Amino acid sequence: MTSDTDDREAVTFTAAGAREGFLRCLPVAAGVGGYGLVFGVVARQSGLSTAEATLMSATVFAGAAQLIAVELWADPIPVVAVLTTTAVVNARYVLMGASLRPWFARLGLREAYGSMFFLIDETWALAMGDLTEGSGRGAFMLGSGVAVWLFWVGATVVGASVGAAIGDPSQYGLDFVLPAIFLAIATELWEGKSTLLPWAVAFLVAVVTADVLPGRWYILAGGIAGSLVEVIRVGR
Amino acid sequence: MSVADLDPVVVGVIVAMAVLTYLTKAGGLWLLGHVEPSERVDAGLSVLPGAVVVAIVGPELVAGGPSAWLAGAVVVLLTRKTGSLLAALVGGIGVLLAVRAVI
Repeated sequence: MTSDTDDREAVTFTAAGAREGFLRCLPVAAGVGGYGLVFGVVARQSGLSTAEATLMSATVFAGAAQLIAVELWADPIPVVAVLTTTAVVNARYVLMGASLRPWFARLGLREAYGSMFFLIDETWALAMGDLTEGSGRGAFMLGSGVAVWLFWVGATVVGASVGAAIGDPSQYGLDFVLPAIFLAIATELWEGKSTLLPWAVAFLVAVVTADVLPGRWYILAGGIAGSLVEVIRVGR
Repeated sequence: MSVADLDPVVVGVIVAMAVLTYLTKAGGLWLLGHVEPSERVDAGLSVLPGAVVVAIVGPELVAGGPSAWLAGAVVVLLTRKTGSLLAALVGGIGVLLAVRAVI
């Protein structure tokens, strides 16, 4: 691990740094907007109002967790399942946040912890790339995050407004949108053969648990089983 | 339900989700000043999102029957080939509707 106090180039927190992050992230942000549209449509179909869907996008700001939450959404809301799944799906952010420490530890507390709201897969990847090149732009992730946030929230509003106008979703095959989105996410998360074992275990455990247990606990059961297999595999 | 409807319970759940999510985002930055994650923890956390996504889709696909299997294959293929979410969605749903119309 890199020490917090080594004497590489200084890390600054400037408007120019934020601007660079914003501009470099714009194409990515537009892509994320596609997911935001889908999120808005599905959230509306799941019974959230446009205001509620928008509030979720603006404050939670975590795509996979939000899509899974509206997938789980029902009346009454399965609060425990929604919150547990949110925590589990977002657990990867702990690692990503930790990896930023060599640079962020040299920023002010408000700058560092304020920026962390804007940590998502895309902004983390861009910011890590920029910082490891030695740019010293501490505000890069903030700028990137603002770009994605604008697209994400804007697309949610549009999607939710459109979603309200759609009648029976299965008529247009919209019942397949979430499975399709998750398949697309999985395809992008695929890291080659090493992913096969944990995913196969996750799949099998989820299918069996879905048969045995009521509700949506199979999601957690499968996800945690797949992760545990990887922990055991690496530990040997 | 009106467009601007804000149900207090729903807002409560959303706020709880927001707080939890922020804690995971900021937690790593804070935690690393105190403990260092082992290689095993690192590996387990890295595969977690993919495993959760697979666990969501698995039972749905199994229950979805041939139309979902075929459409699912098209989504994976198009995502790999084009990298475009829109292309994958349009292609997958197109195949799904076509198969449903035939069966």
